[in-house]
Amino acid sequence: MSSPTTPLPSAVRTPARAAGGDQHATRGPEPELITGAEAVVRTLELLGVTDVFGLPGGAILPVYDPLLEAKTLRHILVRHEQGAGHAAEGYAAASGRVGVAIATSGPGATNLVTAIADAYMDSVPLLAITGQVFSTLMGTDAFQEADIVGITMPITKHSFLVKQAADIPLAIASAFHIASTGRPGPVLVDITKDAQQETAPFVWPVKLDLPGYRPIAKVHGKQVQAAAQLLASGKRPVLYVGGGVVRARADDELLALADLTGAPVVTTLMARGAFPDSHPSNLGMPGMHGTVPAVLALQESDLLVAVGARFDDRVTGKASLFAPDAKVVHIDIDPAEIGKIRTAEVPIVGDAKEVLGDLASAFRDLGAQPAQPYAAWWERIRSLQHQYPLGYTPTSDGLLSPQHVITRIGEISGPEAVYASGVGQHQMWAAQFIRYERPGAWLNSGGAGTMGYAVPAAMGAKVSQPDRVVWAIDGDGCFQMTNQELATCVINDIPIKVAVINNSSLGMVRQWQTLFYDGRYSNTHLNTGHGSVRVPDFVKLAEAYGALGIRVEKEEDVDAAIRLALETNDRPVVIDFVVSADAMVWPMVPQGVSNSGVQYARDHAPSWDDEAPGSGVDPDFVMPAPEGGVEPVSEADAIAGAEER
Amino acid sequence: MSRHVLSLLVEDKPGLLTRVAGLFARRGFNIESLAVGSSEVQGLSRITVVVDVEELPLEQVTKQLNKLINVIKIVELEPEQSVLHEHVLVKVKVDTATRPQVLEIVELFRAQVVDVTPEALVIELVAGSQRTAGLLKMLEQYGIRELAQSGLLAMGRGPKSITERIPRS
Ligand SMILES: Cc1ncc(C[n+]2csc(CCOP(=O)(O)OP(=O)(O)O)c2C)c(N)n1
Ligand SMILES: [Mg+2]
Repeated sequence: MSSPTTPLPSAVRTPARAAGGDQHATRGPEPELITGAEAVVRTLELLGVTDVFGLPGGAILPVYDPLLEAKTLRHILVRHEQGAGHAAEGYAAASGRVGVAIATSGPGATNLVTAIADAYMDSVPLLAITGQVFSTLMGTDAFQEADIVGITMPITKHSFLVKQAADIPLAIASAFHIASTGRPGPVLVDITKDAQQETAPFVWPVKLDLPGYRPIAKVHGKQVQAAAQLLASGKRPVLYVGGGVVRARADDELLALADLTGAPVVTTLMARGAFPDSHPSNLGMPGMHGTVPAVLALQESDLLVAVGARFDDRVTGKASLFAPDAKVVHIDIDPAEIGKIRTAEVPIVGDAKEVLGDLASAFRDLGAQPAQPYAAWWERIRSLQHQYPLGYTPTSDGLLSPQHVITRIGEISGPEAVYASGVGQHQMWAAQFIRYERPGAWLNSGGAGTMGYAVPAAMGAKVSQPDRVVWAIDGDGCFQMTNQELATCVINDIPIKVAVINNSSLGMVRQWQTLFYDGRYSNTHLNTGHGSVRVPDFVKLAEAYGALGIRVEKEEDVDAAIRLALETNDRPVVIDFVVSADAMVWPMVPQGVSNSGVQYARDHAPSWDDEAPGSGVDPDFVMPAPEGGVEPVSEADAIAGAEER
Repeated sequence: MSRHVLSLLVEDKPGLLTRVAGLFARRGFNIESLAVGSSEVQGLSRITVVVDVEELPLEQVTKQLNKLINVIKIVELEPEQSVLHEHVLVKVKVDTATRPQVLEIVELFRAQVVDVTPEALVIELVAGSQRTAGLLKMLEQYGIRELAQSGLLAMGRGPKSITERIPRS
């Protein structure tokens, strides 16, 4: 903190303002003279921003002074800047609005890096504002100097370095626009301390000048018709739905198209909730831990209609062997995604909402609607669903089955709740066993796989959706990376609920060690769970933060604890669900092989070299899906697909 | 691999070159040469990049470059319909015996001598890559003391301009 904030003459202080709208714009021939710091706050307010997450420091200190006066902008003080970043992400992902995070220079800014990278991978509209050292000191290794624009260049959609107060409104407005339009993403605005301190006329509205930025392409009608033709003539189509449909909030259009065509739908990890799980056409999640029907439907398909999906390696398995017979219609707002991994026969650049609407009209216009659409295909899919329902084998060590805990959280809290997860086994189970009915209900770190996402993201989601129940479904490992934000939640009255799926280990890594490293558990034991020293004790930790801490060790206590959490809204709740460390995520496609080799295994893992089918029917196999009607697998089918193609 | 010449029209903003170069590095594309300078429109620079990639990765490069907010336009220049020149400065050791031979080579390649001392000549050539490579090959035997080469500069032949239909402010 080298120099104090320039005191403002009261005459130039601005009156109270409401958010958004031009009526607050400065008009008349002489724009008001205000500091850059005030311009930051005022610009955010004029853009309609109502909540920001941040933590001050020397280089951003000027901005924190006018924040005290802000009427329509709430600043939530986090305990770690990574928490501010993920909170802004959760805020954005749950609501569709831009999330805003503020940090100081140097370490404050670098603490944001993980969240910025995360937002980049998952296309989250994030505005990151950082303080920078005085422009005169830049490049001298000044105290707390870091070239954050340079550091984040590969992980931002764009960034601005602002060295003059007069440039602040345009930079922030441009950043806001870029973050939230086209394919959303993180944008950084780095503002030197002198730019915050000096005064400049505040001119609003600003005229954006982004000649190289054309986020929305006009949808190519011919291509849409070609896609409709393919859908009409295809025998085995699949709508391969990715996170872009969630970002575009194109769920209604997707539902209409699915109903109109009768084509089966798979929703990727990022797209859970884009299409209702209760819909009979929803085959669930594809990919490494996808359902067998979803994985094999893609694999056997003759037409993939990929919407806002990017053929991630976690979905395709070995890409060269992915869906070998399928033609591809690829719909994406980002032209660079089309053809990046898989050549598309019909590329369509555009907003998912618009394209899906157009595609439905084009399909309808063809009038080519078979009475029983894709009958043989559905027969095949139904039989896969019958043979390979999603389920799990209960644990045999007397500890809770994590899948059961997560299933009950979903069933009791319902589809209107928001579920944010960490990264690991609990994430996959939360994606598999909670039934999502709407976009924005499921938040997770899909592309980056950032442990520590859950608690701050849930916090951000709760701020943007205060009337919803918000769960963080976290692992004992992930929880220890960002649980300091419980303090933020308690102090700011943000009553999230945290379910720690405590298997006393870095479970997903441990699962790989079980399967691929001969059960040699190197550095995956966390000592947080059953029979361990319990460091930390999550219940005590919750209590230390002023949250309600509950420990659940018996299955009969699961529901009551969840209900108590739902009833407790005067503070956050942390439930320590002490689960078995041996539960594994199934099905699984081992890394680097064809998806046809998806393993559907229960009670224990098959040997990966074993040609023979799996270990047979497990009479205890649990299938939580409410539809029922599906029966356990026959012995010969325990390893699906491999021989079928 | 095949060689492609891309002409980029970009906003003249700080960090622009880092963004472009970083993108190539990050996506694993090799830059063979790169030349930057101003264009005929104020505030816009022109970058000429030569990349060594197959057709499909080239499409990826172009699409990814297009996503950079400060990149306004990208054109691939076909060698047959373009002027492709680079600029070479080369310092060659000479003595009384070799000077006439070197000068003869300079003549042959229509290059120019821009500095003379008893022990050395600085020779300049602006030409296509083949001619510059030929000159350097011929000069090698006399001992090249120093070499500075620009990236390739390129422009489409005929009356059209890359900045056509670019809004000028
Ligand atoms: C920041 C970070 N570090 C390391 C990893 C690698 N990793 C992926 S899952 C995982 C284990 C997570 O453990 P936990 O939170 O307990 O979840 P579990 O798998 O046990 O459900 C690890 C270490 C990661 N994804 N992110
Ligand atoms: Mg764990």
